[in-house]
Amino acid sequence: MGFLDRERTIAPAGFNRWLVPPAALAVHLCIGQAYATSVYKTALVKHFGASLTEIGLIFSIAIVMLGLSAAIMGTWVDRNGPRKAMFTSAMFWVGGFLIGSLGIFTHQLWLVYLGYGVVGGIGLGIGYISPVSTLIKWFPDRPGLATGMAIMGFGGGALIASPVSTALLKAYDPNSGAQGWVASGDAVGKLFLTLAVAYLVYMLFGAFTIKVPADGWRPAGFDPAKVKAAKLVTTENVSAKNAVKTPQFWLVWVALFCNVTAGIGILEQAAPMIQDFFRTSDGASAVSAAVAAGFVGLLSIGNMAGRFAWSATSDITGRKRIYMLYLGVGAVLYTVLALAGSSTTILYVALAFLIISFYGGGFATVPAYLRDLFGTFQVGAIHGRLLTAWSAAGVAGPLIVNAFLDAQGKPGQLTAASYQPALLTMVALLVVGFVANRLVKPVSARFHEPRPDRERPHEPAMEA
Amino acid sequence: MSNNSASPDDAAVNTATGKLALGWALVGVPLAYGVYETLTRVAALFG
Repeated sequence: MGFLDRERTIAPAGFNRWLVPPAALAVHLCIGQAYATSVYKTALVKHFGASLTEIGLIFSIAIVMLGLSAAIMGTWVDRNGPRKAMFTSAMFWVGGFLIGSLGIFTHQLWLVYLGYGVVGGIGLGIGYISPVSTLIKWFPDRPGLATGMAIMGFGGGALIASPVSTALLKAYDPNSGAQGWVASGDAVGKLFLTLAVAYLVYMLFGAFTIKVPADGWRPAGFDPAKVKAAKLVTTENVSAKNAVKTPQFWLVWVALFCNVTAGIGILEQAAPMIQDFFRTSDGASAVSAAVAAGFVGLLSIGNMAGRFAWSATSDITGRKRIYMLYLGVGAVLYTVLALAGSSTTILYVALAFLIISFYGGGFATVPAYLRDLFGTFQVGAIHGRLLTAWSAAGVAGPLIVNAFLDAQGKPGQLTAASYQPALLTMVALLVVGFVANRLVKPVSARFHEPRPDRERPHEPAMEA
Repeated sequence: MSNNSASPDDAAVNTATGKLALGWALVGVPLAYGVYETLTRVAALFG
């Protein structure tokens, strides 16, 4: 396993740091497939004779495992370096597809839960955090841009997997031309095997090309003193163990949780929601299924673009300010959506696009935010622990929306007014997140790691 | 990197440029395909 060790990945002098983002993207584009599971959801419902909820559980398990494995394995990832982490992630992610395909071929749903959900979910968590701290170290001058590029890949992965999976299902199923066709379980099993091979190749490309900078390396012309000039940015380091003891960690956790919960509120319901918002007096919707599908596609683009654009912008504005935008302006946009979103489709689409771009931006900006507050020492492990906010939001978001909508009526009969309680709850959540973000102050010196040139500072009388 | 000997430097620059182009193409081409496919669906929204 020597080739995978961190020491073997130290970049030689003159190494071009722009070779690192493609390695990171190679992993994130693969694991981003997790957001394209809807392509074969109906096929699995039919194949297993299961309910939508039972099949949806595969994805839910994977997201919960993502948060847990990122939190638990974060320190291991930081200690062992990105190559070993990416390799391990590839083994779990690909293993998840292989076990999952076995479950499909043998009609055992529990194997799909275990494979794609548990094993694949571990691959998701390790893969998600594996390149983040490396990118931050390569781009100390533009950490938001660097993490934005990688985490954009997670959004982009679904854009690739969705059409490719549809095409492969058609190719693997001889009945694909039939009216009302739903792919067979056999076709989905073969799709899983194909994805396993493709993702193995891509993720290993990422693992074998990733490099870490040598100790003390910094980009030409980069002056750390200029970065320190920003009030919230530290040149100190805080360990992952200490970071979770700080109020700053939990304030950022709340801000991310609120931002993600609000975004999931729209993403979960995107297609039926736009149809319900423009329901005519005769009960039919002015928005066709094809147009609704186009709307879902546009949201995917907004999610991906927001990850890159807003995170890169945060290098100029600062992380706290851009989170104020996500949460503050997000709350205003959500309010307009709830109260006036049904006036025109253009307004509705524009509002939803911006809200989803903020959702993606929140994910991509947060590693750089953590770097600013806690330094680079164990930023990967701290990021891993923070991703539990994502898992929690993945449960809370759909729960809030579905509970409110269930109380308002049956699917197909809902109108714009039916969504107001759920959307206004999201506004309240965004306000909570905005306040939490406002309260973020520099981390107290008592949490800083001791440096060789000076002793650990005395404990301050009051927490910052 | 030193600029004293032009040939090895040129070779190193060419290798790095080749690797950069290959690395970005490997991730950029599938991503561009995914964006294109999605935009064709989005077209229905404005059609």
